[in-house]
Amino acid sequence: MADEYGLVEKSKIMDAARMKRALSRLASEIVEENQGAKDLYIVGIRRRGVPLAERISAKIEELEGERPLYGIIDITLYRDDLSTVGANPIVNRTELDTDIEDKKIILVDDVLYTGRTIRAALDQLMDFGRPKKVQLAVLIDRGREHRELPIQADYIGKTVPTKKAEIIKVMLKEYDDEEAVWIYERPIL
Amino acid sequence: MNKPFRRRDLLGIRNLSAAEIVGILDTAENFREINSREIKKVPTLRGKTVINLFFENSTRTRTSFELAAKRLSADAINISVASSSVVKGETLIDTAMNLDAMSPDCIVVRHSSAGVPHQLAKVSKAAIINAGDGANEHPTQALLDAMTIREHKKKIENLEVAIIGDILHSRVARSNIHLLTKLGAKVRVAGPKTLVPNDFAYLVENNLEVCSNIEEAIEAADVVMILRIQRERQDSAYFPTLREYAIHYGLTQERLNLAKPDAIVLHPGPMNRGIEIASEVADGSRSLILDQVKYGVAVRMAVLYLATGGNPG
Repeated sequence: MADEYGLVEKSKIMDAARMKRALSRLASEIVEENQGAKDLYIVGIRRRGVPLAERISAKIEELEGERPLYGIIDITLYRDDLSTVGANPIVNRTELDTDIEDKKIILVDDVLYTGRTIRAALDQLMDFGRPKKVQLAVLIDRGREHRELPIQADYIGKTVPTKKAEIIKVMLKEYDDEEAVWIYERPIL
Repeated sequence: MNKPFRRRDLLGIRNLSAAEIVGILDTAENFREINSREIKKVPTLRGKTVINLFFENSTRTRTSFELAAKRLSADAINISVASSSVVKGETLIDTAMNLDAMSPDCIVVRHSSAGVPHQLAKVSKAAIINAGDGANEHPTQALLDAMTIREHKKKIENLEVAIIGDILHSRVARSNIHLLTKLGAKVRVAGPKTLVPNDFAYLVENNLEVCSNIEEAIEAADVVMILRIQRERQDSAYFPTLREYAIHYGLTQERLNLAKPDAIVLHPGPMNRGIEIASEVADGSRSLILDQVKYGVAVRMAVLYLATGGNPG
């Protein structure tokens, strides 16, 4: 069935339970790789990276008994397509209240596709200081063949090989009616 | 009706809808954080050119626009009347066309005559932002005042706002009256009869009251906005002396005590201490005059971003 944007629903690739398990695994991989929660700074990329980053932080606290630092990045002002996207995208606030100097930053986003969002987030982070290192965690990786920049994820919930005409929708209870990941297809007109 | 700000030019508040005003204020809120970063710069308007074309003197507004442009990585150029070809006899439109030929993306203009930005907008390909035109409008001042009020009162609707002083010559008052009444505040104005036009209430549809004395306007106000006495315009004797003005219309602590206990005091600057505002009030805990200046940069960043950040949709 086509939705309001004319997209055709193809299949559900993750439900609430699988999403929860994937995020738990990401959290344990992050603490294993970084040997604990010390100096970890989990940074969600607006919009859907934010609730995912919150959940990963909560899980890390459960595992380690220590809540990692937590922040939010809005990449609008660092986009490389401002002059082509048409009307001004809405600017939201970046909230990095703690100094990022010498921290281990884990950037969190819902979907990794071309890599351009991550480039913008990295540029913004560097304007805030010099972190010890930056790693990337995503719920869905659409596959390397879509990448337009040399950017890969360090922690991946699920790799889903997709076509360009397909769209991945991550639905989260903070913004949507359900918790799921869907593949949609843009019909060829 | 419910559309956010999607215009190319910002010529005044009068022609904006409440939704457009709120949209600009919300955008400005999100630019504030940049001004407290260690590196106060984002790459958003890299490669764009902003010309500050000031036919009237200004330190605060010009600096504020210049900082806003630079913090968005635009190239900002200042042209002031003393060094411009206007003194050599060039007409306003010719000046604008010549600047336009150099392809700026935005021209911020201040002029002593009302309507100059509107004229420029007709001939220029650049986005035009009004930084004050005669006694007509000063939209970014009203926006930064609104931002200051929102920050401290968390709303604008139903607030009682007293605007005191030289209403007749004040573009700050006009822009504020439009903005505040559009967002549902109750506005009262007061000042010497010669400086408060009787028919001023007709400027807007409702929510504007002209008071016969300053005490009546300040009584129970949430916000007291003091206007600058424009000494450079006082040669035509609107009131006998500055001393007499201070006695009858100056904001003293005693007069401020008539307002609500948590009332805030605003002044667009530059202040004439001891004339329209007593030093103890200007430096007191309710005075937000420096907050206004601080928020001015964020408001102008938002306006520059909205005017030049993308093509109007």
